[in-house]
Amino acid sequence: MSVQSVYSSLETLLPLVRKPVQYVGGELNSVVKDWDSAEVRWALMYPDAYEVGVPNQGVQILYEVLNEREGVLAERTYSVWPDLEQLMREHGVPQFTVDAHRPVRAFDVLGVSFATELGYTNLLTALDLAAIPLSAADRTLDDPVVLAGGHAAFNPEPIAEFIDGAVLGDGEQAVLAITDQVRAWKRDGRPGGRDGLLLALATRCGVYVPRFYDVSYRPDGAIAAVVPNRPGVPRSVAKHTVTDLDSWPYPSKPLVPVAESVHERFSVEIFRGCTRGCRFCQAGMITRPVRERSITTIGEMAERGLAASGFTEVGLLSLSSADHSEIDQIATDLADRYEGTNTGLSLPSTRVDAFNITLANELSRNGRRSGLTFAPEGGTDRIRKVINKMVTEEDLISTVSTAYANGWRQVKLYFMCGLPTETDEDVLAIARVAHRVIEAGRKASGRRDIRCTVSIGGFVPKPHTPFQWAAQCDYQTVDARLKALGAAMRADRGYGSSIGFRYHDGQPSMVEGLLSRGDRRVAKVIRAVWEAGGRFDGWSEYFSYELWESCAATALADDGVDLAWYTTRERPYSEVLPWDHLDAGLDRDWLWGDWQAAIGASGAEEVEDCRWTPCFECGVCPAMGTQIETGPTGARLLPLTVLGRTPAPGAEQSGDEVLAVVGASAVRGGAGSGERA
Amino acid sequence: MARQQPAGPPPAPIVQRLTIRYAKRGRMRFASHRDVARAIERGVRKAGVPVAYSAGFSPHPKISYVGGAPTGAASEAEYLEISLTQRCEPAEVGRVLDGALPDGIDVIEVAEVDGKLATAQLAASEWEVVWPGVAADAAARAAEVFLAAPSAEVERLTSKGLRRVDARAAVVSLSVERRGEAGSASECAILRMIVRQMTPAVRPEDILAALRQASSLAPSAPPVVTRLSQGPLAEAAEVTAGPGSAPAGSGEPGSGPAPSVGQTARPSTDKAMCLTAGNAMVASAVQARANEQLSRGTRDRLADPRAREPYGRDCPDARNRATESTTQFQRSTDWTRFGPQ
Repeated sequence: MSVQSVYSSLETLLPLVRKPVQYVGGELNSVVKDWDSAEVRWALMYPDAYEVGVPNQGVQILYEVLNEREGVLAERTYSVWPDLEQLMREHGVPQFTVDAHRPVRAFDVLGVSFATELGYTNLLTALDLAAIPLSAADRTLDDPVVLAGGHAAFNPEPIAEFIDGAVLGDGEQAVLAITDQVRAWKRDGRPGGRDGLLLALATRCGVYVPRFYDVSYRPDGAIAAVVPNRPGVPRSVAKHTVTDLDSWPYPSKPLVPVAESVHERFSVEIFRGCTRGCRFCQAGMITRPVRERSITTIGEMAERGLAASGFTEVGLLSLSSADHSEIDQIATDLADRYEGTNTGLSLPSTRVDAFNITLANELSRNGRRSGLTFAPEGGTDRIRKVINKMVTEEDLISTVSTAYANGWRQVKLYFMCGLPTETDEDVLAIARVAHRVIEAGRKASGRRDIRCTVSIGGFVPKPHTPFQWAAQCDYQTVDARLKALGAAMRADRGYGSSIGFRYHDGQPSMVEGLLSRGDRRVAKVIRAVWEAGGRFDGWSEYFSYELWESCAATALADDGVDLAWYTTRERPYSEVLPWDHLDAGLDRDWLWGDWQAAIGASGAEEVEDCRWTPCFECGVCPAMGTQIETGPTGARLLPLTVLGRTPAPGAEQSGDEVLAVVGASAVRGGAGSGERA
Repeated sequence: MARQQPAGPPPAPIVQRLTIRYAKRGRMRFASHRDVARAIERGVRKAGVPVAYSAGFSPHPKISYVGGAPTGAASEAEYLEISLTQRCEPAEVGRVLDGALPDGIDVIEVAEVDGKLATAQLAASEWEVVWPGVAADAAARAAEVFLAAPSAEVERLTSKGLRRVDARAAVVSLSVERRGEAGSASECAILRMIVRQMTPAVRPEDILAALRQASSLAPSAPPVVTRLSQGPLAEAAEVTAGPGSAPAGSGEPGSGPAPSVGQTARPSTDKAMCLTAGNAMVASAVQARANEQLSRGTRDRLADPRAREPYGRDCPDARNRATESTTQFQRSTDWTRFGPQ
């Protein structure tokens, strides 16, 4: 049964919508495989706008890993904006993939990557447009298996009703195992139907299938127990961890969209995981241990990725890129390699204490020194101890002074508001920090045109972190503190124009809090919001707090819980958390101990990084059978051999040169510029 | 304060200029000209074409685009001019560049610009419009009314608000053919028109809007617009613009007047002449005006990515924070994959 492209019916709608190019696909390095000869077909979705979704590393990696396989086909689909959604409903055009514009319902698996919980309503839009029943229980053999992945999948309970399964952790190997299982099931004539496949995925592939677990509640609203209801299904589902990142050098053929996207660069993930131990940071907790890519593989990936894409910038991606054991060498060697080619290097995340001026100079060799960004997260040393972000104000001032003295003009500082134990003073102190930064910068640079931008967001407690038990700060308090901070920033006119202040108000954080730490009952809220028109909740122009608030009040009325119960309530140790049966490897008692260490009466205790101090027994390595994988390797990146660098004498004058294209990629090696392919 | 200059030698000098004619086809018709420019700049890098860069802290490749077809319109005749730091065989540049571009942005022809930049303007375009559900006879009558009118003002919503343009003033010729059986559901009117480049620009959609004002036409789907050619406008062409020159919708292909501009001889003074448009017109030269605006525009990120990102970006888990230190290395350009032979 072949599947028809819906492009011809979509095409007549495209002239009527904003930025139609985002729906046509055709990206460089995109792949369209033959439908009929594929045995297993994946639709990969990033549930946000194309411009946000298309650069997503996770989707690009899985897309490539799957399409490399014989008999496996993967295409991508993104959220359509409401203007197109309405037209698609009017004209009966289903949710489609951008690669071959095939209807999503025709695929075997729909894999959805959730970087943030605010994409949940977009999942419902896509399912509905695809004519896939919203509730997993209503789906038939004709519907794809809907799997969630990404960081939000570490607590998929709020969307448990809508998904068939969730994959925790790294996806590279997991999607291949799932593919093999789906293939075997289809070849064997689909034994056990849909349920049979899900049981096989749950028991053999480490997929969390919510329907195989019964959740019961106590009279006070908390969870009583989560119990498997099928034989063979594990009590607790463990995350997937890819080791030896050098053997998974993806993406190697980056997608290059024709439409503009939020990240216009080729990104190389230089390591995965982080053990700095910031207590608010879910990413740092659930991606342990640290696994570095070697300098050699990073160099090869950058070379191949640039050659395949034509991008002008390489991003060295990770949770804290300056922490790579060989970051200085990587920056220096890449800067050497690409000198004179108008190729930029960027580091998307820098710690104050890991940053050094040599590194910064390599990153901006001969180039612009426009901006550096640091994330002290808290305004006082006290609150930074609470969150275990061990950076002192003096560190910060000395680092920014060095940066300003070396020619940088602008420093951006990121903070959070609403952290546990936070007082008004902790937030107001941010103004003082900003003033000190400007003062130090003017002194160090001898100029007055330096700038500092303070950007601040609301803190949301996340599952699998020491703060998972914390009470979220209510939005009224957050907004009041931000208002006071704004006033304090502007109070001193001497700094006014040198400081930029950007913040988000607190309301969206409440909804994010509900969706982050919610349980299965929250599904009713999501559905109600979606039915009332909720879409694109990550976008301020679409987000409506009032809608979420009223839907939560109505939908949860019978359960005796409410929005505040999920957000601003501190949880006791004894409470069963909705994600306790999902295993990120972290020892629950270690997390609790770390939470107590943060809020201890005699001040917070700090935890070091296990990369350079002894193991502090967070539990991940023994639970997952993994270990820290870091360098240094001592290797260097050899210069790329420059071919045809020197034109033959007289060639300029002869006028009959012929263009020579010497292979798709330059020869690497130490032989120097004389070598030719 | 004095602006700092980047260290290192100045960019390599320009030794050759090429004019490239390319097409925007199929689904790529939905690309805007900024999208196309970005794709071409990446294609140029991917193909290893030794493009020249501007000086300064954020060097731009020296590529000038001439009046791109609007978003949604396909084109067989888009033009750009590119400056190179090494001499290359034009046809070979076309081959490698075409291979590095997304399907649908296709290089058609490459020619060298000799000496000074060509000065003749691309003064007019020939467009084809497939108008689904519109009867050719009705469209022909509307065209007759339109051509007979001294002016035809239409409104268009632009980013700067509502704009009024005189659609009639730009039209040199307009003819109508039929596709599909007359009176059947599949009947389409096919319009061919030669439209002058004007300021403010008159787009084919403006002319269609004027036709709909002139008579009640009920298209069943949005029109599919294709630019067939671009070139200078000969004086002789003006005569075809008169009233009554619109042929009735006879259904005979080619029954309209041949776009007489097509027969325009190349200006003898034009030494840089290098491109021959396959269709009716001759692109004797490419507008000399370097479209710096556009080339800069393609480099702009979404004005400030953080400002437009979802709230999630500021939450502790979305640490994918915006680029901290981005820079460009800009010594003399040398090319790893282009040799002299």
